[in-house]
Amino acid sequence: MVGTLAVLAILGFVILPAVVVTLAAFNDKAILAFPPETWSWRWFATALAYDDFRSGCVNGLIVAGWASSIALLVGTAFAFALDRYAFPLKRTIEAVLLSSLVVPHFTIGLGFLILAAQIGWARGFAVVVACHVVLVLPFVLRSVYVSLRNLDQRLELAAASLGASPARVLGTVTLPLLVPGLVGGWLLAAILSFNEFTASLFVTAQRTQTLPVAMYNYVREYADPSMAALSVMYILATATLLTVANAYLGLGKVLNVEPRR
Amino acid sequence: MSSLAAERRLEGHAETLPTSGSDDASVRLLGTCKRFGAVTALEDATISVRRGELMSLLGPSGCGKTTLLNLVAGFLAADSGQIEIDGERVNDIPTYKREIGMMFQNYALFPHMSIAENVGYGLRMRGIAKPDLKRRVAEALALVRLTGVEDRRPHQLSGGQQQRVALARALVISPRVLLLDEPFSALDRNLRASMQIEIKEIQRQLGVTTIFVTHDQGEALSLSDRIAVMFEGRIRQVGTPDEIYRRPADRFVASFVGDVNVLRARLDSVDGGLAAVTLGRARISVSREPLTRVRPGDRVDLFVRPEQVRFAQAGEPIAVEGTVAAHIYQGDHVNLYVDAPEVCASRLLVRSLEPDAITRWPIGARVGVSIVGTGAIAFEAEPDQRGGEPRSG
Repeated sequence: MVGTLAVLAILGFVILPAVVVTLAAFNDKAILAFPPETWSWRWFATALAYDDFRSGCVNGLIVAGWASSIALLVGTAFAFALDRYAFPLKRTIEAVLLSSLVVPHFTIGLGFLILAAQIGWARGFAVVVACHVVLVLPFVLRSVYVSLRNLDQRLELAAASLGASPARVLGTVTLPLLVPGLVGGWLLAAILSFNEFTASLFVTAQRTQTLPVAMYNYVREYADPSMAALSVMYILATATLLTVANAYLGLGKVLNVEPRR
Repeated sequence: MSSLAAERRLEGHAETLPTSGSDDASVRLLGTCKRFGAVTALEDATISVRRGELMSLLGPSGCGKTTLLNLVAGFLAADSGQIEIDGERVNDIPTYKREIGMMFQNYALFPHMSIAENVGYGLRMRGIAKPDLKRRVAEALALVRLTGVEDRRPHQLSGGQQQRVALARALVISPRVLLLDEPFSALDRNLRASMQIEIKEIQRQLGVTTIFVTHDQGEALSLSDRIAVMFEGRIRQVGTPDEIYRRPADRFVASFVGDVNVLRARLDSVDGGLAAVTLGRARISVSREPLTRVRPGDRVDLFVRPEQVRFAQAGEPIAVEGTVAAHIYQGDHVNLYVDAPEVCASRLLVRSLEPDAITRWPIGARVGVSIVGTGAIAFEAEPDQRGGEPRSG
């Protein structure tokens, strides 16, 4: 009984912020308050019509798309190398690849800002994408690496025994079986990149600012529920994306939380 | 392969020999070694598997049997020695060009492909055109008596069905040799027996050379044309099941294959190819071959199968006296374990077909055991060898 209550309390606590923000989004008044007294959809319209949010969303999608795709290629290559081969400095290389988990995001952002200013790239997308690649690489690497570990290598041996050359084993057995891990890694990277604020604040310019940066700039001047409305839309979009991924691939596989047969 | 009929059979020779040796050898290993770091997994293996025969590699885990199979498959590279398939040296030929069929212990069916795609995989890799491919897949599935599941996925099938798919997938490419790695270990007992019969039938029907890895001596005895018994990286004996069971080459083979009682006896006399051994009041005639270094009066270990001993009948010389310690009822027979510590380090196993054995020889009864027939074998005594517990088959 006490246990059940404790579990419910924890679950409630976890979803509390989302619930509060969702309710605040429907406040008719131009204040961020909870709970609202009168209800309205108008802040959704405001948020959708605001130019900085629109361009921030497009920029965020561009950056997330490029950064997670590049990280997927690089991360997959390294995951293969780490899983299949023994080579000198293996642990060191692994540590460097995962280092952005311990280095603060503002440090990485600041570092890229200094570098980009040196070579005159500070106003372009390239530095934002490069920065995000470094930030999401550990997650892609882990995701693909875990999928590779779970892959029964006897399947590859079986394919070879049936006459498949190494290239065809890769194309017909290894990669198709890694698809959930690859898609999961890409999706996780894209969501993280789209969400990333701290490093993005340093490396984005007015022309390249991503949605979280645009939201930050907005909230410094205004405090109306359009922020909350944006949050609700964001939650819905992400939930839809994950539901679709789950339907096609199985969420457990995508997030690598369940062992594969 | 050339058919040099005049060429002598070269089986048993360890040195590297020119290819195309014996005309009926399908797979040959000549002096093959494989080490993993400091561990020698396979030591100087020389063996010849004849065309169309089913050869078992039998031994406990870590004996090198799986290493040998992986060398033939090309999953591992030999450190030295030669591996031939159909008279062709394959040491440097990768797996995918060896034309082999392999069935894995866990079947290794491709989970992302349908059953038909799994079975047709090897044909696709060979560029077989679709109509032909479809026909051959259907034939292979019919051969293993599995139809109507073409569109299902492997995880939707039972263990026995998955095994049939794995077999069909390996056979559909008409491999030069079929390799089976502990194929029955994942099946329950009843299914195992019926799959064994079926695979043996299919193997005989197709006449495909088969190498079969198992640690189960009963399985090896019942399925094989010949058995290679392996221990600690070495092939200890190659022979028909009957030869392995009745004329084991050494102590290890004698105790690993079938149940056996190891009894402390004494060499009495030697006469030509035969030797006489005394045990209690019995004199038992054995082959002298394994006893060349033993002199009359020395201790020897007498290996006796459970069916070669019985409770002594009137007038029979008693070899062992002891106390009945346990009964194991097996339906058609009863295993009786007799304590005779001065003769047998573990308990002596006597197999009785008498339905009333349990009441006739109750626990605690003093019994005399005699040796029947001429099947016993004596080996040199090993000072600290405590001849393990007889295992029940």
